[in-house]
Amino acid sequence: MGGEVNAAMLIARIHKERRRGHVPSFDLDVSVEVPTGITILFGASGAGKSTLLDCVAGLAQPDAGQITSGGDVLFDSAARVNVPVPKRRIAYVFQALALFPHLTVEENVAYGLNDLPEQEKRERVETILKAFRVEKLSNQKPGEISGGERQRIALARSLVTEPRVLLLDEPLTGLDAELKAAIVDDLRAWNAAKKIPILYVTHSRDEVDALGERVIALDNGRVVSTGAPMEVLRAPRRKKLAQAAGFENLLKATVLDLREADGVMRVRLGESACEIEVPLGYAAVGSRVQVAIRAGDILLATEQPHALSARNVMKGRILSLEQRGTMVVARVDCGVTFIVHVTPGAVRALDLSAGQLVWLVLKTHSCHLVD
Amino acid sequence: MESLWLSMKLAACVSAILLAIGVPVAYWLAYSTWRWKFLLESVVALPLVLPPTVLGFYALVAMGPHGPLGKLWIALFGHGLAFTFGGLILASVLYSFPFAVQPLIVSFGGVDRRLLDASAVLGAGGLRTFWRVILPLSLPGVVTAVVLSFAHTLGEFGVVLMVGGNLAGITRTVSVDIYDHVQSLEYGAANQMALVLLAISFAALSVVYAVNRRVWTPWAAK
Repeated sequence: MGGEVNAAMLIARIHKERRRGHVPSFDLDVSVEVPTGITILFGASGAGKSTLLDCVAGLAQPDAGQITSGGDVLFDSAARVNVPVPKRRIAYVFQALALFPHLTVEENVAYGLNDLPEQEKRERVETILKAFRVEKLSNQKPGEISGGERQRIALARSLVTEPRVLLLDEPLTGLDAELKAAIVDDLRAWNAAKKIPILYVTHSRDEVDALGERVIALDNGRVVSTGAPMEVLRAPRRKKLAQAAGFENLLKATVLDLREADGVMRVRLGESACEIEVPLGYAAVGSRVQVAIRAGDILLATEQPHALSARNVMKGRILSLEQRGTMVVARVDCGVTFIVHVTPGAVRALDLSAGQLVWLVLKTHSCHLVD
Repeated sequence: MESLWLSMKLAACVSAILLAIGVPVAYWLAYSTWRWKFLLESVVALPLVLPPTVLGFYALVAMGPHGPLGKLWIALFGHGLAFTFGGLILASVLYSFPFAVQPLIVSFGGVDRRLLDASAVLGAGGLRTFWRVILPLSLPGVVTAVVLSFAHTLGEFGVVLMVGGNLAGITRTVSVDIYDHVQSLEYGAANQMALVLLAISFAALSVVYAVNRRVWTPWAAK
């Protein structure tokens, strides 16, 4: 357990083949430890996040492995243990929420409290509805309330049962950032008292930044990275993960020479004459690598910059400028095409337009090598 | 109008029995993953394609004093099953079986899978999930099943004639009665009963289509 003492820890070692027809098309092969608090399960769609959650909840069965929660075995292929779903006490909020449409909010939230006496049931429902600020809706049907309210009620319905683990499968998609943050705050407040492991699935980078204490990055059924959000997202090891993490520029490159002493190497981008300096990676001279660069990490200048610490300055021409919300996406041809994000204010101040000659500035450590 | 009353009584008994048997059978057919399930589905649907006389014939043979059912019945109650109201019920249950089971299978199977998962995750076993989630959400299907088996039993002719014969007050249902009247050239009387049957059938089907209208379910659709 890596020395960390955490009695409520969820530990899952799962091997599962997903069969499409008779052909095993994909397998999940992971070993994860989820301590109390929020852990983000991050990865592109199809990486196996939902399958992992389904296995933990018992809705899907691993082909092999072991799942324990706070020391209790929920599944063990070797010992032939498979605790049935209703007995696992693992709360699971689906992306679709799955509120019962024919029951009122109150009945929905009380659904998991069947064994409690009427009085206690009512008190607990009332308390949790207040904690998630939806007590006014108790007599409404799910069809009559807003999306954000439905999400709060789905959370309340799961948490009122005092589960030992909470699984959240992108439960807050489609909400604006402010509403999302408010719900997450309520969730955090609730968990400050209960202290259970929460596994939060998302493929949105913004949510990782906003929520994460810990991130487990999943790609193609494997755990590719674990750690703090910064560590996991700054250095994406896989192409799909890089795309999901918002690396707009994914460029093929050839290694020209290695400068081990400086911890850097020079690469040529694509078939162009464009050469940049990137952090040293496990690559031989002449080998092909992929470089991931965030569009927001590239500076754009209308005159050739001098006296910079940044090692990469490339001359290019603006192909197009496109306004997207409060951001302008510039496509710049430097032999290879770069995507650069600039603010509308910068476009006005520099008087940028398509066809214009510009220089792109790029720090060595803004370039990430991807497998 | 004795025959009409008899038909109504028969149809009511048959719908009640079919609801009791049809719900568990439909539940099993909707959710079982047994690989040979399709064979049972075919058996359930058989009465849809068989001529009523074929069904009635085998029912009659089985219920006769030498048939397995007939023997059992005589041992239990001291009299035969063929040409009795009980025999009529049994044959009608077989004949209307798919009309009760098919709508139930469709509506059980149509309940969002994630709602069943949610119920299980919240600690509910299969039975509780059925009573609290599947059945209430399948209410239109249940109404359809009851109404269709009622209407279908009301209008049956071939099976009744084969199994029940034509005993006034015991097995002479309204459809047999209409046939009798036509044979005796009493078109007026036949027309009266035919109209009643037509009206009931129309009303029954209207109920079925009304409850299955999306905009008119007992609760607001999502």
